[in-house]
Amino acid sequence: MGNQYNQFLKISLLVISVVTLAACSSTSEPEEVIEDNQAASSSSSNSASPSASSGSGQLTQEEIRAQNALRETVFYFDFDVAEFKPADRDTLTYHARDLAANPGKRVRLEGHADERGTREYNLALGERRANGVMNYFIVNGASRSQIEVVSYGEEQPAQNSSSEQAYTQNRRVEVVNR
Amino acid sequence: MNTRTSICIFLLSFLSLSAKAELSIQITQGIDNPIPIAVVPFALEGAGVLSEDVAGIVINDLEQVGEFLSLSRSNMLSMPSEEREVFYRDWRILAQDYLLVGKINRASGSQLVQVQYEFFDVNRELKLAGEILTGSVAQLRDIGHAIANVVFEEVTGIPGAFTSQILYVVSEQVQGDEYNFRLEKADYDGARAQALLESREPIMSPSWSPNGQDVAYVSFETDLPRIYIQNIATGQRRQITNYPNINSSPVWSPDATKLAMVLSKDGSPDIYVQDLNTNQLMRVTDHPAIDTEPSWSSDGRSIVFMSDRTGQPQIYQIELGAPSYNVERLTYDCFQCMKARFLPDGVNLVHVRREARQNPNYQIAILNIETLRVITLTNTSLDESPSVAPNGSMIMYATKFNGRGVLDAVSIDGRVKFRLPSSQGDVREPAWSPFLN
Repeated sequence: MGNQYNQFLKISLLVISVVTLAACSSTSEPEEVIEDNQAASSSSSNSASPSASSGSGQLTQEEIRAQNALRETVFYFDFDVAEFKPADRDTLTYHARDLAANPGKRVRLEGHADERGTREYNLALGERRANGVMNYFIVNGASRSQIEVVSYGEEQPAQNSSSEQAYTQNRRVEVVNR
Repeated sequence: MNTRTSICIFLLSFLSLSAKAELSIQITQGIDNPIPIAVVPFALEGAGVLSEDVAGIVINDLEQVGEFLSLSRSNMLSMPSEEREVFYRDWRILAQDYLLVGKINRASGSQLVQVQYEFFDVNRELKLAGEILTGSVAQLRDIGHAIANVVFEEVTGIPGAFTSQILYVVSEQVQGDEYNFRLEKADYDGARAQALLESREPIMSPSWSPNGQDVAYVSFETDLPRIYIQNIATGQRRQITNYPNINSSPVWSPDATKLAMVLSKDGSPDIYVQDLNTNQLMRVTDHPAIDTEPSWSSDGRSIVFMSDRTGQPQIYQIELGAPSYNVERLTYDCFQCMKARFLPDGVNLVHVRREARQNPNYQIAILNIETLRVITLTNTSLDESPSVAPNGSMIMYATKFNGRGVLDAVSIDGRVKFRLPSSQGDVREPAWSPFLN
């Protein structure tokens, strides 16, 4: 989809809201945070779901790591490779746990390929990449019904040019909140 | 990196290209000994001025397929418009083998025109063909292409494909990774382009029905890739598939009753055939690897497809109704061989080939599956989507030029090339029509 910039903004806002709120309490349901984020300034009166891990009012290192991980929504792949990079494993694990902890949350995994090779093959490669991420999410606790996979093949390059640098940006799976 | 075309322009006489064409032809490579032909400007009898130069259309057609070279008008010694004005020696002196003359009659105030043409063999002093064609002023291009068909067939023995059309997809970047997509139809030379569908979501894989009246394609308009069939004349369309995951690569069977397609509803992409009357779905391949890019053999009994079951894409063939494991591998000598389709002879296989892992170029090639001889037809690096002209003489394909997607065509012997540059956006996925009536 063309709106992952918006998604990124939305997620950034969510994360900022979470951080703000967490100063007085925390929440496990980011969806509610947007409506509640006025509460941060007007005391913690309606924060009904304090989380056990941050009773102190401070974010733990682990929570900060999780929030940073969820902010990363685009994962890049090597040429002709369907498996995500080992370096992304931890980040993807946080995404999976977030889905597991929030059964109402839905994501769309959008697979993309670079322009080399034929279009139909790239459509299939994009799906193979997105499926790889989906399977990893499921293994780590997400439910199949939370995830939709769609491949765009080479049809929506992030960078519309024919260079190695563009190809690196175009071989990707985007995690988009639905 | 993608523009290593060796452009050897072979234009002795410069010809004016139709200003109306959105895509306009450039001949990028011709042959060494083209057949000399004189096409005399058609005389206009009656009132008014015509919007099209019929003789010019014939010249464009004949020259861009590379076999012919037309005589410059300024070098003509006479300008006959019918047989009794023809003096063969005028043309023999100029070393012309063939001569085409004609005249256009338009009654004042009428949209109807009569075009009379006559075609001569200069050396044998013989009239080879001639007739009177009637149509509206808007059909002058069609009439020009029809005359070129006759000339081409008289000389080469092969039916001309100049009245055929093409489908292709145009993509224009709006911003970031947002694009505007259009499915367009045009004359084979890019003239008279017309949008059949416009969308902010991708459009892929246009394919003609065997009678040329319908087009099948993949549209992401619902956010998911789904197959649609659209009538070209009425614009009426219907969604054919709604299976989970990938629905792609629709291709009509030669008898028009079925659509081969790719579905990944059962895990990985496999080849299926859907009956268009009963909607019954038949699974053709069943393999955890990627199977895609189906294409029918001309007898409709088997399907050629691409599979990466050995790790890299190679081309396979399967008889319809055979067990899914009973596939025949057709390519062995390439790192990747993809997007295959047989020429009408059923022996020569047009495909996209990447020779070796170290060689990053994707090129159009023909494999003779009996002799295993391979002819690589192109020398650019990102060539894909080959589509064969209905007379089997040329292959149109998509490539990149100056960083933009363009359509190129090459003769099946590789000797002749022409390009249809686009005025805007990236153009790709050409589909050459069958013979149209």
